[in-house]
Amino acid sequence: MDGFIQQLLNGLMTGSLYALVALGYTMVYGILRIINFAHGDVLMIGALVGLSVIRLVQAAWPALPPVLVLLCATLVAMAVCAVLAVVIERVAYRRLRHAPRLAPLISGIGVSLLLQTIAMLVWTRNPQMFPQLLSLAPIEVLAGASAHPAITNVTALTTIAIALSVMVALLVLVERTRFGRAMRAVAENPQVASLMGISPNRIIVITFAIGGALAALAGIMMASNYGSAHFYMGFLPGIKAFTAAVLGGIGNLKGAMLGGLLLGLIEALGTGYLGAATNGVFGSNYQDVFAFIVLIAVLVFRPSGLLGERLATRA
Amino acid sequence: MSEALLNVEGLQVRYGAIEAVKSLDLHIAEGERVTLIGANGAGKSSSLKALTGLLPAAKGEIRFAGRSILGQAPEKLLRQGIAMVPEGRGIFARMSVLENLQAGAFLRRDNEQVQREMRQLFEHFPRLEERLHQSAGLLSGGEQQMLALARALLSRPRLLILDEPSMGLAPIMVEKIFQVIDDVCRQGMTLLLVEQNARLALQVTDRAYVMDTGRITLTGPSQALLEHPEVRSAYLGE
Repeated sequence: MDGFIQQLLNGLMTGSLYALVALGYTMVYGILRIINFAHGDVLMIGALVGLSVIRLVQAAWPALPPVLVLLCATLVAMAVCAVLAVVIERVAYRRLRHAPRLAPLISGIGVSLLLQTIAMLVWTRNPQMFPQLLSLAPIEVLAGASAHPAITNVTALTTIAIALSVMVALLVLVERTRFGRAMRAVAENPQVASLMGISPNRIIVITFAIGGALAALAGIMMASNYGSAHFYMGFLPGIKAFTAAVLGGIGNLKGAMLGGLLLGLIEALGTGYLGAATNGVFGSNYQDVFAFIVLIAVLVFRPSGLLGERLATRA
Repeated sequence: MSEALLNVEGLQVRYGAIEAVKSLDLHIAEGERVTLIGANGAGKSSSLKALTGLLPAAKGEIRFAGRSILGQAPEKLLRQGIAMVPEGRGIFARMSVLENLQAGAFLRRDNEQVQREMRQLFEHFPRLEERLHQSAGLLSGGEQQMLALARALLSRPRLLILDEPSMGLAPIMVEKIFQVIDDVCRQGMTLLLVEQNARLALQVTDRAYVMDTGRITLTGPSQALLEHPEVRSAYLGE
């Protein structure tokens, strides 16, 4: 039981990060039917921009409380990445909107490599220490109930809380507001939406901006939890979040959230019990394998994902 | 004579090498009800798409309320008062009936007036009110057409363009829909109707254009065209 709660907490933490990134994939896919393969690198840029802002702010106002420094860095990184995502749409995708599906995929990969190279030039190819501004002091969960209580910290709990609140806010935005209606209208039929006075281009730009901001948030949270940031840090979370989006049913917001959380839990629990189950033949270094086993299983058995519609109903 | 509300001159629409519309001239005065009839492939729908900005025009001029609107996007045209119910209705199947109606009023900020107009529309189409919170994809074809029409009316257009509103509908549903169109036209709205059902179209409009292979071949008062021997043999099946 001890290990279980610990793995649950770990899974919830990585899962909520996957979910934030998966939302960016799924929103863009829902509207444009393209996979924005540069999305993971937007996360990386977010973390590194955040790091630079932290260094600048700490140099300029050394007395500022760490929480405010982190908040400031997060907001700047989110704004930068919102703009970055909009620029990516403009440069890499807009002119390819009616091109064959392979074209935006390739230009997305191109942007991804470009961002990594730029990051390497600006922030060097070495991992950078990311200051841990929230307390990492261990908090015991259910202390006293067991001899080996599960351990977490303020950074992890904050990550989970913020990620979940942002997801709820996004759902409210999409399902309850005028803008959300416009977004869903464009996702369903951009031509008819334009006949209603909705500008599809504007909706697409805002969608990319939201996705970019969420990726930056996830990037900073990730760097805060692991204590480092580097030019390649976007690749694996990007692929895993994409897996999460497919698992939930790509194009479906709740699906991305569910898929992200599930994938995080599967990874954590799988890793936690793999060693015991296989008598130590496979250890926790197989963590990353789980995401891809899930991806393959979903593609084989339920290609439309857990909450996705059957493909036949999609125009 | 002052300029008509909608003036189309020498409009040409092409799909690559194919000229769908060769040269279209169309003049519609404010408050008039005009129909554009013609066989399948005559270029009617392409003309409408060019008028509403869904397709680029290769040549020609389109003026609405005294201003050139050529090349403007549909969302800009709606602001100026041109609304279209597209062929096949184009409802948002995954959104609720209410959300579809709200989408129709997307540009309007006078929420109370929108509410009032919605209630008036429900008097005509009580089915929409009964199914307000269901997803629109579950409505029958006739109900979807009602929804599409109600949604377009909620943008309060000066010119309403209808593309094949009777297609696939039971006669009683068609009658109901045209009754509502008649009602709103009496309040001063201008109508451009494209219909394959020529008899119906000529009965509910003031004036008609007959289109054949990309150009206008006949025009005149709808009543007169109902009696026209060419129209009778080619489009009314007599």
